[in-house]
Amino acid sequence: MKILVPVKRVVDYNVKVRVKSDGSGVDIANVKMSMNPFDEIAVEEAVRLKEAGVATEVVAVSCGVGACQETLRTAMAIGADRGILVETDADLQPLAVAKLLKALCDREQPQVVICGKQAIDDDANQTGQMLSALMGWPQATFASKVAVGDGKATVTREIDGGLETLEISLPAVVTTDLRLNEPRYATLPNIMKAKKKPLETVKPADLGVDVTPRLTTLKVVEPAKRSAGVMVADVAQLVEKLKNEAKVL
Amino acid sequence: MTILVIAEHDNASLKGATLNTVSAAAKLGGDVAVLVVGAGSGAAAEAAAKVAGVAKVLVADSAAFAEQQAENVAAQIVAVVQASGGAISHVLAAATTFGKNVLPRVAALLDVAQISEIVGIESPDTFVRPIYAGNALATVKSSDSVKVITVRTTAFEAAGEGGAAAVEQVAAVADLGLSKLVGRELTKSARPELGAAKIIVSGGRGMGSSENYHRVLEPLADKLGAAMGASRAAVDAGYVPNDYQVGQTGKIVAPQLYVAVGISGAIQHLAGMKDSKVIVAINKDPEAPIFQVADYGLVADLFEAVPQLTSAV
Ligand SMILES: Cc1cc2nc3c(=O)[nH]c(=O)nc-3n(C[C@H](O)[C@H](O)[C@H](O)COP(=O)(O)OP(=O)(O)OC[C@H]3O[C@@H](n4cnc5c(N)ncnc54)[C@H](O)[C@@H]3O)c2cc1C
Ligand SMILES: Cc1cc2nc3c(=O)[nH]c(=O)nc-3n(C[C@H](O)[C@H](O)[C@H](O)COP(=O)(O)OP(=O)(O)OC[C@H]3O[C@@H](n4cnc5c(N)ncnc54)[C@H](O)[C@@H]3O)c2cc1C
Repeated sequence: MKILVPVKRVVDYNVKVRVKSDGSGVDIANVKMSMNPFDEIAVEEAVRLKEAGVATEVVAVSCGVGACQETLRTAMAIGADRGILVETDADLQPLAVAKLLKALCDREQPQVVICGKQAIDDDANQTGQMLSALMGWPQATFASKVAVGDGKATVTREIDGGLETLEISLPAVVTTDLRLNEPRYATLPNIMKAKKKPLETVKPADLGVDVTPRLTTLKVVEPAKRSAGVMVADVAQLVEKLKNEAKVL
Repeated sequence: MTILVIAEHDNASLKGATLNTVSAAAKLGGDVAVLVVGAGSGAAAEAAAKVAGVAKVLVADSAAFAEQQAENVAAQIVAVVQASGGAISHVLAAATTFGKNVLPRVAALLDVAQISEIVGIESPDTFVRPIYAGNALATVKSSDSVKVITVRTTAFEAAGEGGAAAVEQVAAVADLGLSKLVGRELTKSARPELGAAKIIVSGGRGMGSSENYHRVLEPLADKLGAAMGASRAAVDAGYVPNDYQVGQTGKIVAPQLYVAVGISGAIQHLAGMKDSKVIVAINKDPEAPIFQVADYGLVADLFEAVPQLTSAV
């Protein structure tokens, strides 16, 4: 059984981005880039399924600029067997990414695709669901537990009121939530090994996909800053302020 | 131009998030129709008909919708949009786990983009949405024929009562049979829902243990009639269930008062609560970043300060 894991290169979660002064976007030149944390969780889950003998091959896919190769190498250092880069300089929106992934699913025929639930840059939370819809497959989003076997998967999902467990037929798309697993650190020998694993590059045109954006960004601004607060000396002063100044008690 | 709002409900009643979504829909101009996809959902449909500003309620009823799985619900929404022959210009749902699960499927099946978690409406095709954990606000324009949108509920008021919309049945689509519910473990609580609470008391890793979290924070929450939240660190450590998590990847809240106890204030946490009206932070570290967004900061040991606060309010 083959598992496909889409991995996105994003601004590292520790970086606080700055909005460009001309309002055209955020400044991501020279900032640290990493694999989207939810995608690390996805790779980890796929690799564990392989180690458990459920999966036979884990294929990582990244869509974007040439530097996404680094993200694919990271996935392979965690344990993915090979990588596919869909190389483009275009501004990729979730529908376009989902279409690229669909083309690869048609070619690779995975039984399970494990995506992150959201990318922490654009916070769209769409791609996995869109891919699932385009394939006509079931989906189990926001997964905190995944068991795969016998043409189906049982997935526990984090929902607003608590947890929900679904049984879905395969092939299917699963998207990861934070508590699915704790990704391992890639060891140096595995990082070295990853450099020799196969990495194929294709272009959106090779896959017959039009990636033209449907949304145009008109401007990007900083949110209004909160006005500076005050430090209070003790609980008595805090309660006094909440009652008389903020009037929330 | 018809704006279709997807009702979030449990068949018996309408979830509060739907009311905020109706308000966002009303800002677009045009008729607001609410679609209730459910199984025996007559009561939810009646509640939707009474919401101010709703012109029409559409009901698709089938056993296949009982558990609200994304595949069947999305197929139904797409059928309604297509049957409207172009009259439906927008499809809106709340950016809850339900809306986030279902709406991207709808968008993909209609071959349009989804605009996620909007916080503002500039015109019928131009919207404001946060990116990078709320550190930037993007204004985006959609060129698609149908706009599929999830709405951040904290950015729009809840619509009131006073409507008297007609309720109309629509044909239910066939069951796709792709997914089945095994079970749910819902957190039972007499407290207000996090998303709708006026006051939230939230605890972080500083609580030290599940036992401490409950022993120290619950009396304060009880006295304030508050909902209870947590940081990711507190959830990961097992102090409280996942649905308590506030933040970029948990729940987005904006209560009148947010009390952050033993929470350092990582950007991912701030993303979920910095639109609260008044923020109080209690932390023993004067350098904790939470103090940068707090209206009132108290540097103190929480195990002393919180019980004092509980008896003072
Ligand atoms: C205002 C704005 C500005 C933007 N600026 C830029 C920019 O400067 N540069 C730029 O490149 N893009 C830019 N984009 C595009 C944007 O950052 C995302 O690439 C795109 O919208 C996908 O959203 P997401 O990653 O949040 O998807 P989500 O649906 O949140 O992603 C979920 C999952 O899908 C998978 N996935 C998503 N994208 C990829 C991918 N590319 N490859 C492999 N797997 C993937 C991953 O598993 C991921 O965890 C911009 C978009 C907007 C709206
Ligand atoms: C992909 C991703 C998504 C994330 N999403 C979220 C999210 O949605 N929500 C979220 O919250 N986090 C999220 N995080 C995690 C975030 O980065 C932080 O790790 C987390 O918020 C820290 O939680 P904390 O403040 O409780 O813990 P810590 O940072 O450990 O802070 C504990 C605080 O308690 C204080 N303290 C300790 N003892 C006492 C005492 N006796 N009295 C008073 N104060 C005390 C300490 O001074 C410290 O400031 C995410 C991270 C990643 C990578």
